Amino acid sequence: MAELREIISTGNELAAIASVDAGCRFFAGYPITPSSEVMHVISDLLPSVGGASIQMEDEIAGVAAAIGAGMSGVRTLTATSGPGISLKAENLGLAQMCEVPLVVVNVMRGGPSTGLPTRVSQGDIRQAKNPSHGDYRSITLCAGSLAECYTETVRAFNLADRFMQPVFVLLDETIGHMHGKAMIPTIEDVKASIVPRKKFEGAPEDYRPYEVELDQPAVLNPMFEGYRYHFTGLHHDAMGFPTEEIETCRKLIQRLEDKVMLHTDELESNEEYMLDDMTGEEGEVLIIAYGSVALSAKESIRHLRKAGIKAGLFRPITIWPSPEKSIRHYTDMIKNVLCVELNIRQYTEEIERVSGRLDLEGLYKVNGRPISPYEIVNKVKEVF
Amino acid sequence: MAFNYDKYLRLEKMPTLWCWGCGDGVILKAFVRAVDKLGLNKDDICVVSGIGCSGRFSSYVDFNTVHTTHGRTVAFATGIKLANPDKHVICVGGDGDTLAIGGNHTIHGARRNIDITFIIINNFIYGLTNSQTSPTTPQGMWTVSQKAGNIDPTFNATNLGIAAGASFVARESMLDPKKLEKVFVKALEHKGFAFLDILSNCHINLGRKNKMQSAMANLEWIDSITISKKKYDALPEEERLNLLPTGILKDDKVVREYCDMYQEIKDVHQGKRSKITQDDFEKKI
Repeated sequence: MAELREIISTGNELAAIASVDAGCRFFAGYPITPSSEVMHVISDLLPSVGGASIQMEDEIAGVAAAIGAGMSGVRTLTATSGPGISLKAENLGLAQMCEVPLVVVNVMRGGPSTGLPTRVSQGDIRQAKNPSHGDYRSITLCAGSLAECYTETVRAFNLADRFMQPVFVLLDETIGHMHGKAMIPTIEDVKASIVPRKKFEGAPEDYRPYEVELDQPAVLNPMFEGYRYHFTGLHHDAMGFPTEEIETCRKLIQRLEDKVMLHTDELESNEEYMLDDMTGEEGEVLIIAYGSVALSAKESIRHLRKAGIKAGLFRPITIWPSPEKSIRHYTDMIKNVLCVELNIRQYTEEIERVSGRLDLEGLYKVNGRPISPYEIVNKVKEVF
Repeated sequence: MAFNYDKYLRLEKMPTLWCWGCGDGVILKAFVRAVDKLGLNKDDICVVSGIGCSGRFSSYVDFNTVHTTHGRTVAFATGIKLANPDKHVICVGGDGDTLAIGGNHTIHGARRNIDITFIIINNFIYGLTNSQTSPTTPQGMWTVSQKAGNIDPTFNATNLGIAAGASFVARESMLDPKKLEKVFVKALEHKGFAFLDILSNCHINLGRKNKMQSAMANLEWIDSITISKKKYDALPEEERLNLLPTGILKDDKVVREYCDMYQEIKDVHQGKRSKITQDDFEKKI
């Protein structure tokens, strides 16, 4: 087992520290509750390692500056909350289209609109899947503990460079502001885990950044190194120049789909809590939850088990693309399924789609308050 | 010997998408000559453009080039520049791009005085999308979105640049390519936000219902509304009303550039200097 180090911190702070440890050297953002602490912390960390952090004039500029730095070849971060994602959406689409790696930490608060700025929610699950118009596949990781605020942020940077696109790290207000002890990997282990984006090493005249295998991301060399090509949000050709050529357009968008969806095995990450003794017998209960809600779910499972109800938790950590095989495995096996979310059915609908089942039970809360373990216990006892 | 543009252009992208007689090509050529005059390395330059006819500027020049979303050039360029402070970053946008949808970024790029050469190709209209009113469309002109006549007051771009804090502000038109080249040289040499309002023609979409259907007629109109700053300053107030001064309107070499100031933040964090305080700034508020 890898050596771990102990740190006492908050989720937001851990996301910022993880970014710098993972090699992030640029941050641009705009103040927004409940994510601002990410900016507060990283703006203090980056200058000492030679990086830069800037508070921009609005959310749009925050993501644009971050993408600009990413285009130039730097590992880059922005952080925000749901309303900020709404504003950043168009440029997130540009990053998808141009295939620019970027990590976006979204600390979720109550919505829609200004909603409940200081209170918890998981209302951005659908938004994370398709913040911008058009066809592309979001990669979204959802931290369920303080330690994961760190480890999932590190993973997000590696995935952004592997898949050459934005990667969301979803925290929720509870996780983001939670303060406590986390056991996280050593700096040496984190550094050893870094896989930078691919680089073309041949002659500049042989370089075709967007001419890659049909299930692979573009290979974008840093700017200013002799490989001059073009970025555009328009449909583009092998060198990135605008084109309306029918096959080129089709292949480009199909590739944005396939580079993710044909490699979901590299993305899947779940926690299976007290599921090993499940056999599919009558009375077993499967709880599906993610983020801070999973902490309540685990507590509820301990109470349910004491009361003689065999319950377990399936927690997707990579929520988009959803872990289809694992969801199907457990929903095929276990009859009683309870989805618990701080929204109204946002991920339940995905579980329904994947499982093909329309008899899932749900516990949903949208008043800005967390779901307590007892509410889950009571719900299980009530519906099953 | 005639200037050879080939080295700087993406010849396979020619001819451009710009209409016959469009001023954008004249501006592009003057920019390329300025780059050549300064002997800049093509790999050290990044051109960032927005959306609109001017947005295509970036795809025709053989530098590191970025065609961004509508209005966001300065925001993208700020990220590129701050992450690569020793490189030349140039923004190109239209009047709609930089003064309407992207107005906020224009203001704050100028305020930060970050070392970006910011070129507005101002043709007084949304050309690419067929004649909608732009922030610089003269009042009373016909546009497709105000067929009874434009009532929206116009923006004076350079006044905005000066007020927002750009340290270098100039206006020229594509009527005089030599002057244009000179102002590009000065802007590229300037360390700080160089704000350029470059007037261009759009006889197709500005001119079509405003009695300037030919490029020549449109250019004559531009000529009639521009006057050198020197002559402008000598005019009595009432005669300035419908004239735009050309030339260098502001050139402040004292005000600090943003990336240089950011270096001081790095110095603070790396223990090379004490924390920045109000005493570090002459102008504090």
